This record gives sequence, C-alpha cells and structure tokens, in this order.
Amino acid sequence: MSESSVSVVKVIRCIVCPTGCQIQAISKGSDIVFEGYACERGLEYAKQEFYEPKRILTTTIRVEDGFLPLIPVRTDKPILKDRLREALNEIAKTVVKAPVKMGDILIENILDLDSNLIASRDLVKK
Amino acid sequence: MKKYKSDVVVIGAGAAGLAAAIEVKKAGLEVLLIERDKELGGITLQCIHNGFGLKEFEEELTGPEYVQRFINQVKELKIPYLLDSMVIEITKEKLVYAVNRNEGLIEIKAKTIILAMGCREKTRGAINIPGFRPAGIYTAGQAQRFVNIEGYLPGNTYVILGSGDIGMIMARRLTWEGCKVKAVVEIQSYVSGLLRNQVQCLEDYDIPLITGFTVTKIHGHERIKGVTISKVSRNFDRIIGSDKFIECDTLLLSVGLIPENELTLEAGAEISQNGGPLVDENLETTIDGIFACGNVLQVHDLVDMVTAEAKRAGKNAIEYLDTRYGKELKKQKTFKCISGENVGYVKPDVINKEDIAKDIHFTFRVKYPARRVLIQFKDENNNVIYSRKKIYVIPSEMIELNLNLEEANVNPKSKSITIEVIPRPEVLIEED
Repeated sequence: MSESSVSVVKVIRCIVCPTGCQIQAISKGSDIVFEGYACERGLEYAKQEFYEPKRILTTTIRVEDGFLPLIPVRTDKPILKDRLREALNEIAKTVVKAPVKMGDILIENILDLDSNLIASRDLVKK
Repeated sequence: MKKYKSDVVVIGAGAAGLAAAIEVKKAGLEVLLIERDKELGGITLQCIHNGFGLKEFEEELTGPEYVQRFINQVKELKIPYLLDSMVIEITKEKLVYAVNRNEGLIEIKAKTIILAMGCREKTRGAINIPGFRPAGIYTAGQAQRFVNIEGYLPGNTYVILGSGDIGMIMARRLTWEGCKVKAVVEIQSYVSGLLRNQVQCLEDYDIPLITGFTVTKIHGHERIKGVTISKVSRNFDRIIGSDKFIECDTLLLSVGLIPENELTLEAGAEISQNGGPLVDENLETTIDGIFACGNVLQVHDLVDMVTAEAKRAGKNAIEYLDTRYGKELKKQKTFKCISGENVGYVKPDVINKEDIAKDIHFTFRVKYPARRVLIQFKDENNNVIYSRKKIYVIPSEMIELNLNLEEANVNPKSKSITIEVIPRPEVLIEED
C-alpha cells in the first residue's frame, strides 16, 4: 500500500463531551479508520456520523381548535439527516385537531423512516 | 381585597417553581403557585428541541415533554395555582400582593416564600448598538416564542448576534422553517454555547459563525435593512477598517440573560454580583424564610440543574417551617465565599458556620476559558482545603461540586473561603 492512498476523508468534531476531539476519518486503501478520539463513545459517535448521520427532528404542527395554534412535536427515533427537509415539508402540510395528549402519534412512520412523529405536550381545546 | 393564606407561596411556575411546589406538597404542607402566563410551564415550553432530562429522568426529552411531567404531577397532587396572575410586591413579613383579571388585587399571607421568577434576556439597550430603531430587532427567546408557540415568523433573512445556545438553536429552527440565517456573530473569540449546538445547529446547515466581531450599526428606518459588523480588539473596541455589511430584515440578539429580581430587591433582599439574590447554603436570601432557586438565583446551563436546585429549595423551606418559623432570629457566624482568580461568581454567597459538618453544594462559573486547570478552595490563611484538576473550563459551563468543610479541615475561625481556577503548575514546567 503506497503512502498516497492514505487520506483524510472527513473531520468529525465529537460532541459526546465538552473536550470536543477532532476525529479524522482516514481512508487507507479500501478501509476507513478513525483517529483522534479519546474514548470508545467518541469512536462510536464518529462511526455513526460518518456512515449514517441521524438526528431527532423537533418542530411544530398546526392545530385546529386548540388552546394554542401550534403543538410541538418530535420524531420518536432519530431519522436520517439527509431526509430532514423532506420530513419538514410533510409536517408543514399536516393539521391536527385538539385535544392532543403528550405522546400521541400525529404522523405514523413518517416517510417510511421507521419513526413516528409524536406530540411533545398536552394541548386542550380552545 | 381578597385574602389568602398558605404555608408556602412559590412565585413563578416554570421548571423551578413546579419542582419546588411538588417537593413541598409531598411533605404534606400547603403550597400555592403563582404564574403570570396563561398556563403552567414557563420558558421550557418554548424550548421545543431535545436534550432535556438526561440527568433528571435519564432519557432525552424535549422542553415541553420535560415540563409536562411536572405539570402532570402538580395536577395529580392537586396543588392550587393562580394563572394570569402577576405578583407586584412581596414584603419582609412575607405578604404577597398579586393582581389578576378575576379578582383584582389579592393578598396572600405566607409563612415562607420561594422565589422562582426565572430570568430575562438582555436587549439592544444593554449592549448599545448605534443606529435607528427600525422594526425587526428581537431577542432570540422572543423570536423563539413567536415561532414555536404563537406560530408566526418574525422575518425572512436573519443575522443573529451572540453564540449562546438559544441563538444557535434559533438559527437551526429558522432554517427548518425556510428562513435564511446569514450569520451568527460572536464578539468573543470563542463560541459561548455548547459544542453540540455549534455542530448540530450551525455546521450541519453551513451557517457561518463569525467570532471576534460584533454588530456596530443597524441600517434601515421603517424596517431593518442590514447590519454592519466590525472586528473587535481584545478590549472589544471596534477595529477601524474592518467593517462588513450584511443584508438582513431581522436581527436576533442572544447576548445573555439576567435574573429577574425586581420583587426580590423591593422586598429588601440583598443582590450579589451575579444579579441573583445573595443566598446561604440553604438557598435562603438575606430575608429570613425567603428562598430562591432556578434562573432567578443564577442562570443555569440545563433545566435538569434547575430542577435539582428547586428541590433543595423546597426541602429547605420545609425544614425552615419545622425548625425555625416563628422563632427569634439568631445571629449566625458565616464564611463568606469569595470569587478568586478566573471565577465570575460563586453560590452560595455565604455559609453558616453551624452547617460546617454538612455537604455544601457549590456552583460557580469561570470568567474565561482555560485548559488544564486546578480548582482550589482556600481559607483565610491561604490554606488549600480542596483542589481538583479539570481539563477544560469555559464560562458557559457551570461547575458544580459538593464539599464538606469540616472534612476538608477548614479553619473554623476563617471568615472567608476563596475559590479560584488557576493554571496547573506542572503544565508550566512542561511547557518550559
């Protein structure tokens, strides 16, 4: 394996703790290795961020007849980062009716991402 | 005027007030919660992002979910509360005056009061930005309320001044709602919020973070048309020739929080250097039987820390009623806690010497970031009674620790304890 086939493909700033290690994803031939992490949790995080970054989506949905015009919602599992925009567009089209209870599923299996959109609070009728 | 009585009155039904009231009620005492908003929950309700509850519930929740759990408990325990009710005065005698639409002016006679009014945001006036006063300038929390609770957007293109957590979280929130955030501008050379928010709210969406700059001019008459930002020197003076114009129709300010203590001051309690009331290790203010907890006492990093502090205030109020209420005041000998090198403030401000054998919960913040430091507690004679290493300290991270002064061999005659955060000596040697 020649020296030239070794290159840093991505630098991931670890957010697991305030130390904030700069973890490098390095391509060595056909392998990816990670360097610069100080703990196992950091390595786990870097792998997830490199191969399949996911985020919990937290936003609001419009409500009809509610005490407030909106209800805060979140996905019950992290969803692929690349699909956040699409999920937000889907949510923007949705209107729910009060009353709503915390934990109620407001959109089931959103975009088939294996995650439900759930209410983050109770919301009574107007 | 309608008159009420309660063993304990809690002012403010946000995260702190709810937890304190629950603690008191569970001990079988009467408690009344007073809230100025139209529902229980406080500011945590508008913090719809996740990251709450990891300490308190060992799971990750959004702000509304976190606070809903406490609201549910208040209802299960049948704790009485007044909504839409503004406390306008409290007195040393522990009379609480409030106004609301249904009853007008009311008086509540309390045996003890827990202050839990939270904090408010610094505004444009606090940082003196020159220019006209056009529409389109908001504090970040105000914009957060508009977007997450009221359901409208304050503008289309944004500049956010200040890299605190609320500012960065709003940058992502507005991007998600289809707005354009042109930049987050930070006067310090470092980000003041959590790294996690810098990565997940700014870097994820390629929002530029400009450190060492501040807004020096606001453009526009009717509506803001843009801002001039300028590089600043170490003393935060504008560096001539470094101006840059950024077009925007909205400026959000995320430039710090101030504990909201008008009531506390008027009651005659002493306020300490951090803007919160001066308290002892029981979270008791300088007025006998009036306690403080949550952001009205000191601005916390996490709501979980607020909850923990509020529970302590609740417990201490119960103990006060059990052991000291109605008895003659004893003049206590105290240790004064002094902020030494690189320490911005310390809570508690004083420690009663009769509690020397108890574990004291200290919270403090550094003034500037530093690596490889030593946290040291010294008594009056400069004897080190406690020391601990820490890899990294930053003003945005509150430091918490428990210390038993007797076990630490403090000189009981010492009048003060100084807390300092200094470079580790061995590092200096290594670097030579």
